[in-house]
Amino acid sequence: MLVGRWFQISRPVPPRAKFVLGVLSFVLPIGLWCLVSYVPAVWHPQVLITEPGSVSYLQPGMRMDKGAFDGALADAISTHKALPQGVPSNPIYLPAPHEVAQALYSAFTTAPETRDGQWLHESLWHSIQIIFWGFFISSLIGVPLGVLAGAYAPVARLTEPFIEFFRYLPAPAFGALAVAILGIYDGPKIAIIVIGTLFQQVLIVANTTRKLDAALVEAALTLGARNSQLLRRVVVPGILPDLYRDQRILLGWAWTYLIVAELIGTTSGITFFITQQARFQHFANVYAAIAMIGLLGLGTDMALGLAGRRLFPWDRNLVKAE
Amino acid sequence: MNQMLPPAQRLPSYLEQSETVRARFDRLKAREVILEVRHLEKTFRQGARETVALHDIVFSTHRREFLCIIGPSGCGKSTLARIIAGLDERTGGEVLLAGNPVNGPGPDRGMVFQGYTLFPWLTVKKNVMFGPEANGHSRLEAERQAMQWLALVGLEKFAEAYPHQLSGGMKQRVAIVRALANQPRILLMDEPFGALDAQTRCRMQAHLLEIWRQIDITIIFITHDLEEAIFLADRILVLSAHPGQVQELIEVPVSRPRSAEQLISPEFLATKARLEELIYQAKHDSEDSYPPMIRLADVNDNVD
Repeated sequence: MLVGRWFQISRPVPPRAKFVLGVLSFVLPIGLWCLVSYVPAVWHPQVLITEPGSVSYLQPGMRMDKGAFDGALADAISTHKALPQGVPSNPIYLPAPHEVAQALYSAFTTAPETRDGQWLHESLWHSIQIIFWGFFISSLIGVPLGVLAGAYAPVARLTEPFIEFFRYLPAPAFGALAVAILGIYDGPKIAIIVIGTLFQQVLIVANTTRKLDAALVEAALTLGARNSQLLRRVVVPGILPDLYRDQRILLGWAWTYLIVAELIGTTSGITFFITQQARFQHFANVYAAIAMIGLLGLGTDMALGLAGRRLFPWDRNLVKAE
Repeated sequence: MNQMLPPAQRLPSYLEQSETVRARFDRLKAREVILEVRHLEKTFRQGARETVALHDIVFSTHRREFLCIIGPSGCGKSTLARIIAGLDERTGGEVLLAGNPVNGPGPDRGMVFQGYTLFPWLTVKKNVMFGPEANGHSRLEAERQAMQWLALVGLEKFAEAYPHQLSGGMKQRVAIVRALANQPRILLMDEPFGALDAQTRCRMQAHLLEIWRQIDITIIFITHDLEEAIFLADRILVLSAHPGQVQELIEVPVSRPRSAEQLISPEFLATKARLEELIYQAKHDSEDSYPPMIRLADVNDNVD
């Protein structure tokens, strides 16, 4: 019965259930994380020492494998010395949800630990600027080229074979080259994001342009529209909602190139923050920073989605998809 | 339809015309020729195979004539309309519009498609303004014209609506005035009412005739619906399939103005009988007849 009701291909979900399912999509993984973190019987392969007892090499706050701790405990029992005490714990690289939640707040309020360090908000802002410029430059070239390739077959034939080849080259492979050409600061980082985004962008935009209903172009032709007019008044507005959707997806791709890009030259931005915090074993901060990227990405996408609905009131697909 | 007549009544010949109808045709033919199609050929080439879609099409229309083009599916009637519109290229022959050869699409030939093809990102008013603006009219002038045209079809109230907010019939009315706003010499309509339900379709036919009466326009209307063709047309060009050829150019003997009552008049039925003969006869000869049915239901379980 349940299977029959819920698993029908392309049957829409009622609005209430849609909301509940959306919340669940976050609650489920976080719940799993809670389970692993707070239920000692689940995993917890290590012991957090609370009282070293007679064992000389133990210190409070130290973590050790359960097997080793059990050995030390057995030794102490057999020699009738003070017993070491500890609680089951997870490895340091898996902090509990509440620690990460705290870090999400405290990371913003904690001063950088080194002199050349940056506050979290400074790191994030730097990363956002890198993304913006990378995506902006990529779009400046990729969108017009994609539209032209989609609209005019000769342009497509002239550009697409090379782009198809180039897009398989991993963007980070150009890291050393980018540093040699553009220096060690923001230049090579922006270049990596451009290289990672641009080639996909041209192909995706060209494809979207090709999907424009040919009948609309024909109608415009019979109404007397000609070349540049056709492009400006029919092709571009006709693909605009789809182009907007493409850009949203591509922006997500740009974010995925961010960390690799920021490792090139001098490490900067959120990546610098993450590597610094990991060095100090502040893994809660690492998770917090990674979560920030996710929240920023999701937030931007949702904002763009909402804006899209206002920008393109005629777009049926947008309404259907929401 | 035929069963509705008393059995003894014989249909007149579709060639018989009443005095007034003949006088109308005389006046029609006295007007100048707007469109002339001379020995038009269209061959599709697919690899080594050649398919003749249209062969030696010859006809002409006079100013303010309503010409219907009818034929079985695959007779190339849509291709013919698209060649006249300039959207497809011909492989032979000539198309002359008011004496000038047609090469490529142009604002002098408006077209209405079966799928409404309104620009979904433009409001109704801006859709109608598209043609005048594309042809160099100022925004203000285009807007003034658009509102006049919308008034003609009673859609001023929907000027600011988007196409997706309109019903099928309304969309098609907008598509018609969008084409007319360019003041073309001829209006090509490729099965424009095919996607509409029967009632809307009837209303749109009457509405189209009303528009046609009011303005100086020659209409070439593609359809596969016999009654629609007779109801609308002055003359009907009947095409045959494989290859598409002119079978006959029929002068419709039904008087104007047309009304729904004429659908059972003797002239109407006679014309319809002739069209059926031309189109279904041809179809009967071709191979697409249905296979005999095998009974799959229980022998005693009858529906009649």
